[in-house]
Amino acid sequence: MIPEAFEYAAPAAIAEAIDLLASRGDDAKVLAGGHSLIPMMKLRLASPGVLVDIGRIPELRGIRVHSDMVTIGATTTHAQIEQSGDLRDRFPIMAETATVIGDPLVRHRGTFGGSLAHADPAADWPAVALALNATIHATGPSGDRTIAAREFFIDLFTSALEPGELLTAVDLPYPTLSTGMAYEKFAHPASGYAVIGIAAVIGVDADGICRDCRVGITGAGAKATRADAAEMTLLGELLTGERIRQASGHAGAEIDLLSDLVASERYRAHLVAVLTARALRTAWERARPLAAKNDWYAD
Amino acid sequence: MAKHSVSMTVNGQLHEGAVEPRLLLVHYLRDNLGLTGTHIGCDTSQCGACAILLDGEAVKSCTLFAVQAEGANLTTIEGIAAGERLHPIQEGFHAEHGLQCGYCTPGMVIAAYDLLQGNPDPTDAEIRHALHGNICRCTGYQHIVKAIQHAVATLRTRDAAVVGSAR
Repeated sequence: MIPEAFEYAAPAAIAEAIDLLASRGDDAKVLAGGHSLIPMMKLRLASPGVLVDIGRIPELRGIRVHSDMVTIGATTTHAQIEQSGDLRDRFPIMAETATVIGDPLVRHRGTFGGSLAHADPAADWPAVALALNATIHATGPSGDRTIAAREFFIDLFTSALEPGELLTAVDLPYPTLSTGMAYEKFAHPASGYAVIGIAAVIGVDADGICRDCRVGITGAGAKATRADAAEMTLLGELLTGERIRQASGHAGAEIDLLSDLVASERYRAHLVAVLTARALRTAWERARPLAAKNDWYAD
Repeated sequence: MAKHSVSMTVNGQLHEGAVEPRLLLVHYLRDNLGLTGTHIGCDTSQCGACAILLDGEAVKSCTLFAVQAEGANLTTIEGIAAGERLHPIQEGFHAEHGLQCGYCTPGMVIAAYDLLQGNPDPTDAEIRHALHGNICRCTGYQHIVKAIQHAVATLRTRDAAVVGSAR
């Protein structure tokens, strides 16, 4: 399959990329890893007039550790995240998620920033970015700005990025409490995309009270969403297996569930509840290994 | 559309040319360079028949434009053997019946090569995980896993011999 003809530019700096995007408007498209865009172009679902390849901008790639957060450059690949020693200790959910995206060959090219900007409703990273309270950096003709993950996913394949804006990096703030995190995915067996994916982060205090709870859901609706009702059920409470089961029943309550040939609305609702329970339980076990295990087995 | 000049090293040899931006890397390799060992299977980034090494990493050459490989170092299946002498991974596929029709084999060998670079002693499960992006419709994969374990054993013996001879 051969895409429609286009012009190609590979700028070496962010400013140059922004200028190119500004001068060509809607006709321009950003090429990062290309593992969503190129298949779309081959099917002629996308036919941009010019591709701005940001793969040769060194400052967009790599993982930088700060005292209070880690910053992941937009064109950092899934494979780099999977193998990153800097992420392993603080954000084990990053490698856990990376390793279930696509396949090893796809992970060598597909990028973290590209996946977020594409806002595919079945992509994995949006759920994780929501659960980790990520902050997204964007640069455009009118300067730099930051966007909270919560404000970033707008609709089907639609993010908060303005035309001409480039996603440059993503900050992941370190958790301050004793925290566990987990990603649970039910993958479509052929495409590998998430039918449902649940990212859960749980922080507990010394008494086992849940002081932090963030759940990101992907695959369920037109965009990745936080499970507010489920989170509220757990915040401030002593965690037990029973309470987690209750909370999971509220997950997805806010979502207008998709129904398509992959899964019916009812099946999606079922998967959301089951996978939320699993993700929360695992996150909880990781936050307080002994307390969680004892309680779970006592139920 | 204006053509772009590209230059890349393929199997140790520098190639220069002018290509349309929309030319896929797999077409550049097969049609422009005549390296037809890299196959086009699904053409939708799923099957891995088009796998090559790009700067040492296995990638799907149907999902890259040739212009993206500007300046890169590529290895295709043609660059895996040492002249007429098969690479141990290729020997493994031969010895363990790791192929039937052979269409997926170049991609399988490339993916296995990538795996063994980073993990010279993989478990069967690790091999299967590494081959997740390579589809075979003939073998049922069992013999492919055996073929790669065969290569692991060959390479281990060879490395031991090299270490021994260096003493």
